[in-house]
Amino acid sequence: MSFAIHLSGFIGVYIFMLAAFAGWVIIGGVPAILHTPLMSGSNFVHGIVVVGGMFALINAGSLQEQTIGFFAVLLGAGNVAGGYTVTNRMLVMFQTSGKTQHHARPKHPKSV
Amino acid sequence: MTLPNLALLIIGTVDLLAAFLFMYGLKRMSSPVTAPSGIRVAGIGMLAAVLASFLYGLDVTGTARQFLMMNMGLCVLALVLGGGVAWLAGRSVPMTAMPQMVALYNGAGGGAAAAIAGTELLAGHAAGVTALVVTLVGAMIGCVSLSGSLIAWAKLQEVLKQPLRFIGQLYVNLLILLATVAVGAFLVYLSEGGTWNFLTVPDIIAIFFGCALLYGIAMTLPIGGADMPVVISIYNAATGLAVGLEGFVLGNPALMIAGMVVGAAGTLLTLLMARAMNRSVSNVIFTNFGGPTVKSHGHMKGSLKPAAAADAAIFMHYAKSVVIVPGYGLAAAQAQQKLYDFVKQLQSSGVDVKFAIHPVAGRMPGQMDVLLAEAGVPYDLIFQLDDINDQFATTDVALVIGANDVVNPAARTDKSSPIYGMPILDADKARHCYCVKRGQGKGYAGIMNALFFEPNTNMIYGDANAVLGEMIEAVKGLGKAAA
Repeated sequence: MSFAIHLSGFIGVYIFMLAAFAGWVIIGGVPAILHTPLMSGSNFVHGIVVVGGMFALINAGSLQEQTIGFFAVLLGAGNVAGGYTVTNRMLVMFQTSGKTQHHARPKHPKSV
Repeated sequence: MTLPNLALLIIGTVDLLAAFLFMYGLKRMSSPVTAPSGIRVAGIGMLAAVLASFLYGLDVTGTARQFLMMNMGLCVLALVLGGGVAWLAGRSVPMTAMPQMVALYNGAGGGAAAAIAGTELLAGHAAGVTALVVTLVGAMIGCVSLSGSLIAWAKLQEVLKQPLRFIGQLYVNLLILLATVAVGAFLVYLSEGGTWNFLTVPDIIAIFFGCALLYGIAMTLPIGGADMPVVISIYNAATGLAVGLEGFVLGNPALMIAGMVVGAAGTLLTLLMARAMNRSVSNVIFTNFGGPTVKSHGHMKGSLKPAAAADAAIFMHYAKSVVIVPGYGLAAAQAQQKLYDFVKQLQSSGVDVKFAIHPVAGRMPGQMDVLLAEAGVPYDLIFQLDDINDQFATTDVALVIGANDVVNPAARTDKSSPIYGMPILDADKARHCYCVKRGQGKGYAGIMNALFFEPNTNMIYGDANAVLGEMIEAVKGLGKAAA
């Protein structure tokens, strides 16, 4: 059997629909306090485009394709590295005051 | 099993894992406690996916074969170069400049998606109308995201200071958009056997990209600086969508899933931001807000009552509860650290201090939270609009620093005000209110603030940094006198 992935239009639409729904639900649970790291973090996640760029560049058969493919990888790599660095920098800054109560976030109903 | 097939198996498995780790990582962002591990988890997924992608080299056919070693080398070079530059920039960028940095990275992602579409179009891989249309739409969105993000960067960096507006702009923009779509449709027509003798297909592809890039510029130029939180969110969603669409063309579900999840995230944040400004998304893009056309607003009852910083500090020192409303002016003065020093002083004398954050305090969603976290403010002292608004009525002092429109009660009462209906922080309901402000000017939206004229409001004029310095000294002096 071949492991090449072939997507027909409809399967693509199904994947898009489910991913959009999952994304909406996952992101909906992120508190407003983390919206900037969330944005740069999701920014980092779409850096996966670098993988597509690598595919395009490795399969480039002409100078034109090589040039454009090179830029795809270059920009994608920038997206990945930059997105990761700034998100990580921001997230380690969030500290609690060490108090026992964290009223900003909902806890288990039992403990309230 | 053949070697190329094995390579595809490994890549497929790793990409599946990466897609899972991305979603799991984002899921861990639902709490500040788990969030740092979340980004690391996503990072592992990304690293694995990038490394596995080198295996595509085992499955190369046709003319690309003779360039294989060169292409591999170019790949490594591009990864090191692009990654290295962005990593260095990301390490050194100050937190106040985060919105423009995110805009740049976002533009890079959109550009990468557009470039992938470019190679697919040139190589003629996008066979069939569906694949071609998807490639073109992805390319267009990617281009708009790239050039639009660059303009957003220029505005946030204040390279471009004034929004560029002219009469009939909306129609010009519409024309550019229609031209882009028309060129794209023509490309589909050509691929379906149509002929045209004036230009070659690569030339038309180039024109298509040019139009799309131009549209991104034209669309972003008239938008005012105050609306940048919405704009950045929109482009974040757009890039995600472009990545997802190119993922479909490449037959890579990991790209589709990651892109679509980001698209949903960006859309959600866009709507949240727009709601916090009480405006629709189309209203942000298509109308002139915060421009010179907004005329200075009506006559205010009451008067501005200046107070000395030291007196205010001592008043707060003896208060039971203080809620601080920081705005972008605080960050512009780089006074977050001083503010937290003052807060610690108040806390040590038994004052209950909280921070109230408006969703649009800052230039991107949640930026003020990050700036406070950077200064060391624990996040359990930071409250969002819905969580704290009811508490103002029982608060002794509301201290507004560098915020303006987000505390303007005209948004509740004055139907003629441009910000009418926008949710605001009810600082005016506190027993007393101090507003730290650089001068007697208007807010970002160019509107007079009714809060400043309230009977229980005092103004403290000066740079936030200097004012907080005086406050700290005043409370210190108090401690010395007592000892």
